[in-house]
Amino acid sequence: MTGAWSTKEKIGLACVALALIALPFVLAMAGTAWVRITNFAVLFILLSLGLNIVVGFAGLLDLGYVAFFAVGAYVYALLASPHFGLHLPFWLILPIGAAVAGLAGAVLGAPTLRLRGDYLAIVTLGFGEIVRIFMNNLSAPVNITNGPKGINLIDPFRIGDFSFSANSGALSGPIKYYYFLLLVLLAVIVINRRLQDSRIGRAWVAIREDEIAAKAAGINTRNIKLLAFAMGASFGGIAGGMFAAIQGFVSPESFILNESIMILAMVVLGGMGNIWGVIAGAVLLSFMPELLRYTVEPAQKALFGRMLVDPEVLRMLIFGLALVLTMRFRPAGLWPETRHRRELDADRK
Amino acid sequence: MTDVLLEARNIGKKFGGVQALKDVSLTIRRGEIYGLIGPNGAGKTTLFNVFTGLYPRDGGEVLFTGQPLALESPHTVAAAGIARTFQNIRLFGNMTARENVMVGRHVRTKAGVFGAILRSPAERAEEAAIRRRADELLHYVGIADRADNLARNLSYGDQRRLEIARALATEPQLLALDEPAAGMNATETVGLRQLIDGLRKDGLTVLLIEHDVKLVMGLCDRVAVLEYGEKIAEDVPEAVKNNPKVIEAYLGTSAH
Repeated sequence: MTGAWSTKEKIGLACVALALIALPFVLAMAGTAWVRITNFAVLFILLSLGLNIVVGFAGLLDLGYVAFFAVGAYVYALLASPHFGLHLPFWLILPIGAAVAGLAGAVLGAPTLRLRGDYLAIVTLGFGEIVRIFMNNLSAPVNITNGPKGINLIDPFRIGDFSFSANSGALSGPIKYYYFLLLVLLAVIVINRRLQDSRIGRAWVAIREDEIAAKAAGINTRNIKLLAFAMGASFGGIAGGMFAAIQGFVSPESFILNESIMILAMVVLGGMGNIWGVIAGAVLLSFMPELLRYTVEPAQKALFGRMLVDPEVLRMLIFGLALVLTMRFRPAGLWPETRHRRELDADRK
Repeated sequence: MTDVLLEARNIGKKFGGVQALKDVSLTIRRGEIYGLIGPNGAGKTTLFNVFTGLYPRDGGEVLFTGQPLALESPHTVAAAGIARTFQNIRLFGNMTARENVMVGRHVRTKAGVFGAILRSPAERAEEAAIRRRADELLHYVGIADRADNLARNLSYGDQRRLEIARALATEPQLLALDEPAAGMNATETVGLRQLIDGLRKDGLTVLLIEHDVKLVMGLCDRVAVLEYGEKIAEDVPEAVKNNPKVIEAYLGTSAH
């Protein structure tokens, strides 16, 4: 990693930045729905980057990651809704949500420290379900989560009189959230990259590569693993808080096992351990179903005059096929970790 | 000058009903190369794993620089100043050679998550120092030109060297090598011998488990012999070689 950017890189970067800034207005022409879809895609990118710390860097297979998304969402919902009558500002709740989710990550990680691979996956899967079931049932005797009915009328982000949910001129609510999400995403990418190239990041990868050797080299594997769980979970917590604010509503139904699997699929498909690969995987998997939704139905109507296959069914079919093909032809993901490329560069010298 | 670096007293270890180590006591002096030999299954690697915190012991104690050694976990042992290599090389295969050595600096550095995220001046200075030290060590063991290669793509001999460099990065007082010459060809073994000899010249104490008796006898200041989990000899190489018990252990007794 060198600090200096070449002119070519600078121009490329500026183009990407401009494209990202212009994107919502272009999408808004096709319908505000597309801006919302993009916002959810960014949320999924955040989740994938968080999970990437646990799965990609530290090599700990976590199938219950959505639990931390849920924790973040519920923290926001409880602190900014009529449910408890609390209306704290978002810039206070998001860090709280990150901290609570991080703590939850460490607490749920602690009992799994001796487990690896399949065993770890099964235990974390169980934890993910436990968190969801808690949300579902913590309505009696004291009503904390409002059970399966969920929590409604959650406050949007608000700075003074500037509300993120209302339209102000050309800036619609979703576009405002889009820019906020983009800023958070940028921060998360920077944090991820810096962590990756740090003493802690190396320790994570060392544990993934060979846990016994990592211990013998002086790494306190227990603490470093807990740190991975906590860091990953706190990103999930932030994403959860933003999810709650954008939706205005949370219920346990949003945090099912399928979501965990989807996030994991994004990480694996894109390329475990590589930040850009993970982002590509998340973008691909969040937009694909929407694209299919908008293309499959008209295409079938045009071809056969009626709907033969439900887009939802086709979605899972194509999704499964894509995963099988990726694992068959690119087992390290579409865009694998850069370490390999670094070595190719070294050989060329 | 007989400054004792490590003293093991009555170490015992059982695996189920098998007594792998029985009351093993030995002393390693500062600055010497101490060889540990014995037939297959004699308990050499087990003793090694007890010393380095990988296996819990069932009895006895280890004093290191006069203090009881905290054996709960390998990382506390590494922090105390004992570094090791493994019989079946254990490198971080998908990290570069340099990164492997940099991981070894973990125990002597302290930057945390927030330092890394904020890129604080202290963190950047520490990272630069880690990198510099890693390059020095790669140069020391003679694989500086492989720094950017992935560890798993190094040749066998270079992997052994890299493992030693990673161990040295933890700033050990005692370096424990588990069969470093295993699988090496003659040239590689000669190179390894020079490397270990150089370590001693630079003041490091080395504990060496080895099957290559020629290497052990030529290199070590003192040698201990294990058989069925018991120490049957501990002396200078010449005396050990002529010890009837040792000869019996290696060659067996004549048939009756």
